Amino acid sequence: MYSAIKGITLTIALVFGSVFLNFSIAQDSIQKVEAAVAAPYSDEVHADHSSHGEEHGDAHADAHDEAPHGEEAHADASDPIAAIMHHISDANEFHIWGHTSLPLPVIIRKADGSWSTGMSSQYHAEKDGLILSHGRIVDASTHTTEGLLDLSITKNVFMMLLSLIVLTLIFFSMKSAYSKRGVTSAPKGLQSFLEPIITFVIDDVAKPNLGKQYEKFVPYLLCAFFFILINNLLGLVPFFPGSANLTGNISVTLTMAVMTFVVTNISGNKHYWQHVFAMPGVPKLVLLIVTPLEIIGLLTKPFALMMRLFANITAGHIIILSLVSLIFILGENGKSIGGATGGAAIAVPFVLFMNALELLVAFLQAYIFTLLSAIFIGMAIEEHHHEEAHH
Amino acid sequence: MITGFAALGAGLAALGAGIGIGSIGGKAMEAIARQPEAAGDIRGAMIVASALVEGAALAAIVISFLVA
Repeated sequence: MYSAIKGITLTIALVFGSVFLNFSIAQDSIQKVEAAVAAPYSDEVHADHSSHGEEHGDAHADAHDEAPHGEEAHADASDPIAAIMHHISDANEFHIWGHTSLPLPVIIRKADGSWSTGMSSQYHAEKDGLILSHGRIVDASTHTTEGLLDLSITKNVFMMLLSLIVLTLIFFSMKSAYSKRGVTSAPKGLQSFLEPIITFVIDDVAKPNLGKQYEKFVPYLLCAFFFILINNLLGLVPFFPGSANLTGNISVTLTMAVMTFVVTNISGNKHYWQHVFAMPGVPKLVLLIVTPLEIIGLLTKPFALMMRLFANITAGHIIILSLVSLIFILGENGKSIGGATGGAAIAVPFVLFMNALELLVAFLQAYIFTLLSAIFIGMAIEEHHHEEAHH
Repeated sequence: MITGFAALGAGLAALGAGIGIGSIGGKAMEAIARQPEAAGDIRGAMIVASALVEGAALAAIVISFLVA
């Protein structure tokens, strides 16, 4: 009962947060109607260099000659797709409110090998041939990130460090609670919230899939579980310290999938490798077909892990942002107050519903990633006592 | 034109995943009704299977994203 009340309170807080955010964007957009109509920012999509590296529209450079500063508000108002892509992609500054952004450190190696460092706020005007455009630092002349090696503390890195601090605080407070009260006494506070989750990961994920050697892999599984969980949940918070789409960033999920791949293959035993390279009981000629397939199979598992987490979280963010955009589409970018009110009347209940659903997805995806990691590791360390039963 | 086909592809992927997850859910419910004491195990297996189906659908959706 108590937990249900807590859940409802959290959801209500999220909804109020969403409404608050909508209001701030709407207010800004009303002030900027003319400017927004004048400058179509259709190429915002390409701010995410990693997936759209080669496609860069010409509109970019033209638009920037007119308005080099504070583009976010325009992008929010004029093109819902551009605004959505802007919100789900990484950025060199952390957009808080209107024209207010948290400056983040920039460390960029340019194509000629020279380094450019500073805070992102210094890049509003051109610095070292680089300029801040739509939250990303791009080459001032070409307006692309081509040839730049960006090692900055971006929004996502900032988010990752923040979640690291949060997790450290949570688990150190839990550790001290155990050393103070012992493991046999009843848990209190945060400890009683986390203990069932940890027991769940150990009993339902690790033990059934990993067998006798499960203890060796529990730290990795718990790490992956809580990292994904906290970042999914922080990503659902619609205002400043949250809102970064970290687990919906393909580089992050790729790294996590590679970690599972490495753990799986390092702990793989003789039988595992035998099944990959020389499937027992298969004729030599057929092995020519089977072995490449098995090797591809090794790689598709982490690929699926990567895609699943990335696509689920990104899709969740896109759905929520699309519903928020409904206010601007129906309100014609602040020109029609009645339309905006109607749009909000439709969007708010749906955003509430989607946020509640995403809370479930946040847990489910953390669980699935951990479970599948455990299954893959379990397959690699399994002892084959009944060889003939496996074909 | 390409965008239209991408949207069509995303729709077909969603259709396939819908059928897949629907039949997994249906069979799991049937199994739980037959053997309520195994509900926990069945639920776990159901989630894993639907995650795999979803993975295929999401791969298709990501491809249509890239194409569009």
